[in-house]
Amino acid sequence: MMRIRTIEISVGAFLVAGALALVFLVVRVSGINPAAGAETYTLHARFDEIAGLSMRAKVSMAGVTIGRVTAIEIDSEYGEAIVSMAIDKRIDNLSVDAGARIQTEGILGGRYVSIVLGAEDEYLVDGDTITETQGAFVLENLIGELVTRMGN
Amino acid sequence: MLRFLRLVGQRGLDVLASFGRAGILLFLSLWHVPGRREWSLYVKQVYQLGVMSMGIIVLSAFSIGAVLTLQFYTQLARFGAQDSIGLGLALVLLRELGPVVTGLLFAGRAGSAVTAEIGLMKATDQLSSMEMMGVDPLHRIVAPRLWAGFLCLPLLAMIFSAVAIWGGSVVGIDWLGIDDGQFWAGMQEGVEIGTDVGKGVVKCVVFGVVVSWISVYQGYDCVPTSEGISAATTNSVVYSSIAVLALDFLMTLVMYGEFK
Amino acid sequence: MTDNLIEIEGLRYSRGDRLIFDGLDLVVPRGEITALMGPSGTGKTTLLQIIGGQLKPDAGRVVVNGKDVPSLSRRELFELRKGMGMLFQSAALFTEISVYENVAFPLRVHTELPEDIVRDLVLMKLNAVGLRGARDLMPSQLSGGMSRRVALARAIALDPLFIMYDEPFTGQDPIAMGVLVSLIRGLNESLSMTSLVVSHDIHETASIADQIYVVADGRVIGRGKPEILRESASTQVRQFINGDPDGPVPFHYPADDFLEDVLGDR
Repeated sequence: MMRIRTIEISVGAFLVAGALALVFLVVRVSGINPAAGAETYTLHARFDEIAGLSMRAKVSMAGVTIGRVTAIEIDSEYGEAIVSMAIDKRIDNLSVDAGARIQTEGILGGRYVSIVLGAEDEYLVDGDTITETQGAFVLENLIGELVTRMGN
Repeated sequence: MLRFLRLVGQRGLDVLASFGRAGILLFLSLWHVPGRREWSLYVKQVYQLGVMSMGIIVLSAFSIGAVLTLQFYTQLARFGAQDSIGLGLALVLLRELGPVVTGLLFAGRAGSAVTAEIGLMKATDQLSSMEMMGVDPLHRIVAPRLWAGFLCLPLLAMIFSAVAIWGGSVVGIDWLGIDDGQFWAGMQEGVEIGTDVGKGVVKCVVFGVVVSWISVYQGYDCVPTSEGISAATTNSVVYSSIAVLALDFLMTLVMYGEFK
Repeated sequence: MTDNLIEIEGLRYSRGDRLIFDGLDLVVPRGEITALMGPSGTGKTTLLQIIGGQLKPDAGRVVVNGKDVPSLSRRELFELRKGMGMLFQSAALFTEISVYENVAFPLRVHTELPEDIVRDLVLMKLNAVGLRGARDLMPSQLSGGMSRRVALARAIALDPLFIMYDEPFTGQDPIAMGVLVSLIRGLNESLSMTSLVVSHDIHETASIADQIYVVADGRVIGRGKPEILRESASTQVRQFINGDPDGPVPFHYPADDFLEDVLGDR
């Protein structure tokens, strides 16, 4: 009987350990993501060049993450990229002339979308599109241009 | 030439037939609600397959986590990107290494034991005598091992990933001096519950089903002699490993194929 | 209710290309000990498996206690088997539980009896085979004869209608053999159980069987009371009963002529 009890206890401990491991992975490893946890609303932005921006890239304001990129589509008619972003509900004061820029973390880091507040009193709501955008800065293009200029 | 074709055809039919038998085995075993007094059999199998595998799982997880961190460190430190170590470690473990290595270790440690045990029971007429006593060995012997495998492999994989990340943090933070905050923050920044933890769990569940199924089937279908049992045990490990690796590739392709 | 517990008619069964039974007929009357004898490799064990429903015959009728075995569903089959006991040649005890638990196994699985009654029944059955004192041993600690007696206690735990013995005497020392002979006889009388004994040990079998079937080449070549069989007209039956090495059942496995084989061109 004693043996059966040890088995039961160790099996119980095993199940608890498995559950704790899962909790550890969810809480400590994934962290609580603002975009994943909190409620969000969707904004779109059109860029002429997104060069390497990926799904789930950060959307930040003044360096603080306020959302994530949720979709990237192409508008083939205008040759522009349409980026959809999930923005934290608490950031509800983005005015209609707010700007979006694609920037790079460090020299080799990943791309992210940086948002700057505008001046208007009217605010962007779910489904709106940011019009003031500046696409990605592509190093190769710049070098290419420089080389052509020097050639002249 | 004709003989060759016939041989190939024969072999193909044999393989199909064994798939059929494996399918019937799975169906008949799982088509059963365990009675009140059968629960202890399930508990015992979770002990045999899960608790008894903890040692090897924890040991390999810790060393793999530690080694990965060292390797990431030597590479990433050159670019000053130490803060990506935590993220890299977590992603590699959650998406690939956790499920796959646990699957392989489980096949070697628990799967082979199940095959040998059932094979031996078959060879010593224990399964047959159980049948003659009006007890279905599929319900009494096979089903508990299947369900325990289904449950234990995902749990072991969770423990594996958690221990490996912890091992990585021990090496990274305590030895190499990576900033504590950077390590965890970088990880939390990039890891997402659905894509990384969730899909990893899906993989583990699939591996759990496949490895348990193969192990049980190999034992139940073995030739009841010493050679038969040893061949079945080898087959069980080999087939399980191949299945884990192949399915991992397929699932990675399907789940992460578009790099979403 | 007929007088026969088992009725087999025109049984055909083949494994691979080999025809094992070719029109076998057999009846086992209630309350008697019927023995099935024959040279090794005539599929005697296979027949027990067919009666138990573990194998399906190619053709023929197998009726056990009024039920047609091959046509039963898996569930009905398991129900029927509760009324059968079978003693395997290898005893087939569950190696990881004690003697006591082995005998208690069928009781625990098939009945809801409280623990103290299970205990009484187990001790009763173990006492019947003379191994009440060995209840705490593990199967690996038992001798071959003791294992078989424990297996017998387990087989009768549920007081089955009939019990099948697969080679109960093989590989036993004379004392163990004598014990088993008297056990089989005794159980048959005291519990009015029907028995089917498969064996090729002539003397032991002849001493307990009410009726003997001799099987060779997939069919019954002789049946009757032991003493009648000794006088049988069939040379094949006589060879088997008297244990002559050569006769209609050849000593040699089919081969080329010996001289030719040895001296032939190499």
